[in-house]
This record gives sequence, structure tokens and C-alpha cells, in this order.
Amino acid sequence: MTAAELKQEIDQRWPGQVHCPDFGSRGSPCEVTCARTALPELCGRLFLEWSFSFTGLIVEEGASEWQLRYVFYGEGDAGWVHVLVTAPLAEKTFPSIVKFVHAADWHEREAEDLFGLIFEGHPRLGDFILHDDAWQEGVEPMRHHFDPQAAMRHRKPDEDWRPTRIVQEPGAFVMPVGPKYSGVTESVHFLLETVGEDVIRSTPRLFYKWRAIEKLAEGKTADEVLLLAERFAATTAFAHGLAFCQAVEQICGANIPARAKTLRVFLAELERLRQHAGAIREICESTALAVATAHAGILEEDLLRVSGELTGHRYLFGLLAPGGLLCDLPNDACRQALEKSQKVLSQLNALEQRLRVSSSFLDRLEEVGIVPPRTAMVYGLLGPIARASGIVRDLRRGQPYSGYEKFQFDVPCEQEGDGYARLRILFAETRQSVRIMEQAVAALRGGGASSPLSSATRASPLQFRAGAALGWVEAPRGGAFHWVRLNESGKIARYRIVPPSFANWHGFHLAVEKFAFQDFPIMLSTFDLSVAENDR
Amino acid sequence: MSQWVINGIRAGIKTTAYPAKPEAAAGVSPGLPVGGDYPANQVASLIERCPTGVFSQANGKVRADIRRCIHCYRCVRGVEPPVNWEQTYEWGTVRDGRHEFGQPFERSIHICVVDAGDCGACLNEVKQLNNPYYNMHRLGFFITPSPRHADVLLVVGPVTDHMKFALKKVYDAMPTPKRVMAVGACAVSGGAFAESFVCAKGVADVLPVDVEVPGNPPPPLAILHGLLVAVGRKTPAALISPAPNFENEGLTKS
Ligand code: SF4
Repeated sequence: MTAAELKQEIDQRWPGQVHCPDFGSRGSPCEVTCARTALPELCGRLFLEWSFSFTGLIVEEGASEWQLRYVFYGEGDAGWVHVLVTAPLAEKTFPSIVKFVHAADWHEREAEDLFGLIFEGHPRLGDFILHDDAWQEGVEPMRHHFDPQAAMRHRKPDEDWRPTRIVQEPGAFVMPVGPKYSGVTESVHFLLETVGEDVIRSTPRLFYKWRAIEKLAEGKTADEVLLLAERFAATTAFAHGLAFCQAVEQICGANIPARAKTLRVFLAELERLRQHAGAIREICESTALAVATAHAGILEEDLLRVSGELTGHRYLFGLLAPGGLLCDLPNDACRQALEKSQKVLSQLNALEQRLRVSSSFLDRLEEVGIVPPRTAMVYGLLGPIARASGIVRDLRRGQPYSGYEKFQFDVPCEQEGDGYARLRILFAETRQSVRIMEQAVAALRGGGASSPLSSATRASPLQFRAGAALGWVEAPRGGAFHWVRLNESGKIARYRIVPPSFANWHGFHLAVEKFAFQDFPIMLSTFDLSVAENDR
Repeated sequence: MSQWVINGIRAGIKTTAYPAKPEAAAGVSPGLPVGGDYPANQVASLIERCPTGVFSQANGKVRADIRRCIHCYRCVRGVEPPVNWEQTYEWGTVRDGRHEFGQPFERSIHICVVDAGDCGACLNEVKQLNNPYYNMHRLGFFITPSPRHADVLLVVGPVTDHMKFALKKVYDAMPTPKRVMAVGACAVSGGAFAESFVCAKGVADVLPVDVEVPGNPPPPLAILHGLLVAVGRKTPAALISPAPNFENEGLTKS
């Protein structure tokens, strides 16, 4: 659907209720203001009928009113559509859109927990980020009047706390797993409900690792918040740092030097390659295929060392700066890193060949944890998981940033939506990443070794000013969105991260339900979920 | 199936010679700032630049408290001159008064890992210890899922409020004698996140910590060194570099 058609459609359908301005240039959002009554239907049409992806709900508390921003994006020339709803601060009730946009489910739960808003028609509000067994009622930590310094708010942990049970059949029981379970795992709690062999319901309880990054960011400078953006989910540090920088740069109208852009692409793909190798190792490990685990582990460590040798840091910390990069990287070093990555890639390819003919391995992946395309759509799944379920969406292609439009690459896609499809996607994407890295190195000119303060990689000092913008990247686990608002003094007034794992955790139960207990770790590994990224 | 065997053999031996010999491969560690000489008129701005207050001034030299470093590289990138930086990895340190580990820890030990709010990187580096490059089994270190079998509790992350209760429960479930190891800048000093209304300032706020491994994240070799320190097979590193001379400077140990 083109931008003009969309505008016409909206004007006809909701005259007087929805105001749709003319679409601007590609990449800049179209802000549609909407009356509360028309909100669910408008969002529903965008999502279900006009095939827009739902990115997230961003709540902002102004001086006198709420502003709720529902962010959508389409692949066509309509691009970004922000649906805005406002209401005086005293009115805290909004219509829920989950009836039409199921992907908004957790966004509304989050807003309810952190801002105290109520979404009428939402089936399940309550215990989400703030665990009921630890926090008192009525705490709204993202409100401006909330004082993070004040001591209070905690309940004594309630040892008798019991979660709600959904399955009430005779013989049904809940198997609680976590937050500490198994060997080296992130902290998350699962409630697996069952009557025997198969998991009937699986409810993850997250946010054990909630560090309130978004609250900590308020009142800080962009440089300070960049540290948090890189560190809240450090296995994909570069991607998140980049999304944050892009948001800030857009507010400041910064012009990023071409060399910095190319290096950013190079590093982002190096990170994707390394993260995917790690994900592949996890999958091999979950199926207890020891030799393959060892092979993949070697390749992951190889890539960590490549990153470390090239940039100093194995997880690419301390490279980004709003306006470009903190330091330049010599062309030769990039070329060497590329050569090593190519070697790793050829070994990854060989590993894939061997896995493809190992029937004991395939038996455990094929036709388990199936997420059909339609469901993946409805849940708004992102990244490799979505692409394994037939959704060809990739922000590098659909909404290119940092010069991705100049690069040749394919977006791999599979239809089956099972564990094996997800593994194949990971392998296919590693090939595309190296392909992009090759082009990036070929495009590197000038700059290089000389001074660490090279102007080739850093725009002149940014002029921080009031404004707001969305930064986005296709992180290794899927689209990551960072909303930043700066106040007059250039400090962060609102920071909201919508990480890909937030969407994918929401859909994870789809893969587990109706499958046997022993497949649970396999499903978990094929989903490549990060708890740190989700919990923020 | 035979192809796995053949390929396994063909891959050869990858395992590091550490701790018998130092590891010389590139990219195994991000290194750490070490302080030392720095132009006197710029020291103040260097101290200012570091977001976590690593640097202080003593006797005309810059001193780095490496426990706090979060590897933002702002003291070496985009600044002239860069502060001294060393590509070391032996960072395992012992908290004051807690180095008597004794006999129970001299043989193989079992480690229970708890994630108390880490960013994923520390945990990923702990996972690397099981890969062929580091293979910690050869040194008698084993990860156990159950606290009941554990000798050492390895904690990553600054300890979020939601994890406090679970962490204490794990600790209580471990048989004595037991030791606690804090791995990563967050677990050691709160890192970039603490102290805040949802987060403690590291593991020491909640449990008695014995061994600390700084770094954001510490590379696998540093964690290995920490484990070797815990079992008394390696000497602990100095927390502050250059190491302070307590008598001369009238400092008190904290
Ligand atoms: S790298 Fe470490 S010492 Fe240097 S400025 Fe950053 S936190 Fe401070």
C-alpha cells in the first residue's frame, strides 16, 4: 500500500477522529493523531489488513498529558507510521488494542506495570515487570514523581507465593523451572503446566534481571547512556549501541562520515556472525552432540578473538560514539579480520554439511517447536525466528540505515518454522554477513592508521537539542528499536528500548506447547533468546 | 558418524597451555588500564573522563582501581595521551582477609553458576571455559546445576532485587565449606548499573565474597585465573595498580 492510498483510506474511514498528515520523506515517520475510540480499529487495520509490523508502544508522560505512541512500519513507501493518542494525566484508562494487535500484549502489560495505566479489554494485566511477591502495590517507577533514591517499596519475599494456574484438569500439575536451573543459564522462570508427557501451557516469568535501564537513563547525557545501551545486553552490544546512536544523531541532525558508516556495517556484521556461531553452538549443545558443540565452540571463540584483535574488545565495547566511532580502525586490520572470518565461515559451512547428514541430530530438530507463519505474524516475531517461519522481514532491507542500501545481500527465508528451519536460517545468515563484510572492506578508503581522533570517523561535535527520534537496527536476534527524547539541555528525557527478545519471548510458548518435555531445551536454544535483552 | 571422529581428530589440539605457560594468542583479553605516569596538567581531566571513577592521583602518578573498569575505552580513545594499558588477564583477586581457602579446595571443585542480572557477556565467557580452547575440566573444574553439589558459587551480574532472594537460597543450599566468587565488573563493583533502586552494588552487598574477577566482561582466561586463585594454585592479582604503598601514603585498606 502506498502512502497516498493509506492517507486516503484513513481520511475516508475515520473522518474527524483520525488526523493523518501528508507523508514526509522516506524514513521520517508519519504521525497520525487518533481519538481514543478509534484507536483499536485503526491499529488493527494497520496490523492485520495493511500488513504493517507493530514495533512497540511508547508511553510518555508530558507536563499535563499522556502521549501514547504506537509505532508501526511497513515495507512499502509508507514507511513508519506513529499512531498518537493523548489524554490528560488524570485519565489513566485507554482502550486495549490486543484484540486486533496481539503483538501489543506485553507492551500494554509493561505500561500498566511501570506507569500505572489501565488498558480496557486486556485479558491479563498485573504481575509482569514488578514481581508481585517483591513489590508493594501502586509503585509506578517510570512516572516522573517516582523518586528512585527513596528507600521503600519492597515486600518481604513471600515464600508461599504461588503463580496462577491455567490448566485445571484432573492430574494436571505445574513444573516450575528456574530462575536458577541447569548449568550456565540466564535467570528466567518457566511454569510448565502438564498432565504427563507433553507441555500443555508454558508461561515464562521474566524480569528477574530488570535493571531499569530506561529509568536510570533519565537526566543523563547521551554519552553516559551509550554505556548503558551497550551494556544491557552485551552479546549484541554493538547493535544496541548503534540503534541508540542513530536516534541521537537523528535528533541532532548529525552527518556521519562515510567511513564511519562503512565501519559500523562491518562491525555490526562481525557481531552477527559471532552471535550466530554462538547460537549454533547452543543448538548443538542442547541436542547433546558433543563433537559438533566443540567445533562450534571453537569457531565462536575464534570470532571473539578476531573481534578482540581488531577492536581491543571481544564484545565490541567502546567503539561507538554519537556522531561516528570513538576510534578509527586501520584498513589492513579490517582486511585481516575479514580473512579470518572467511576461514571461520568455510568451517561453519563444513559443519552445516555434517549436521545435515547426522540423522540423530536432525530427529531432534525437525518438526519440533513449530511456529506457523500466520502465528509468527500475529505475535510480531522478529529476526531469524520470523524468517524461519516465512516472514521475509529485515530492517537492513526494508528500512535501511547506516548505508545498508549500498550493500548486496539476500534475506534468507524458510517456511517450515521448526527447529531445523531456524538452524538453517542461522547458517544462511552467516554467509550473508561475510558477504556484507567483504563489500565493506572493499569500500574502505582513506582514513586508517593515523590519529585516534581522526575526523574520518567522527562528525564534528554534536549539537544536542530538544527532540525525539527512533533509532533502529536489525540486531542479530531481530529488529531493535531505541526511542530517545532529549530535553532542552540535551539530556535524556525519555529512553525506551524495544529489543527483539521482547517480541520473541512473547511468542516462545507457541513453540513449546504440545511438545514433549525433553524437547524443551532444544526449543529454547533454537529460539536464541536473550533474557538480559528482554529484561533491560 | 565416522566423519565426526575424523573431523574431531583433524581439528587437532586447540587447548591453551595456560596455566603451565602464558597464552600469547591475540584477542584473548581486552586488557586493563594500569595507571602510572601521566602528564600532570591533564590528570584531572583524565579522572573526570572515566565514568566509573577508576582513576585517582597519588604521588604524582595515576592509580587505577581496576575493580571498577567497565571497558569503555574513554581513557585511551579520543584522548591524548592514552593512559597506560596492559594486555594481561590474570585478574583474579582475593578480598581482604579471605585468602585461607584450605584443604577442601585443593582438589577438583564443583561450581554453581548464578546469573544475578548480567548482560549476557560474562555468562558467555563462563560458557567458553567448556569449549576446547579453555577446557576447564582438565584442571578439575566442573559446572554443576545443583547447589547441593557445589563448592564454589560463581555469581555474575550486579544482583538485581528480584534475584536477591534466589541467590541467597542457592547459597544457603550449598554445603559448607563453600566459597563465593564474583565475576565481572558488575558483580564486583556494580559496574554500569549500580547502585540503583532495583540493583545492589555487587555480590558483596548480599553474600560474603571471597574471590573477585574484574573486567567487563572478564575474558575466559581471567575467570580461569580466578578459579585457580580460589583453589590456591595461583597467586591473586593486586586490585589497584600500581599497588599502593599503604604505610607511606597513610591510606587505610578498605
Ligand atoms: S576504560 Fe575503564 S578506566 Fe578507562 S575510562 Fe573506561 S571505565 Fe574508566
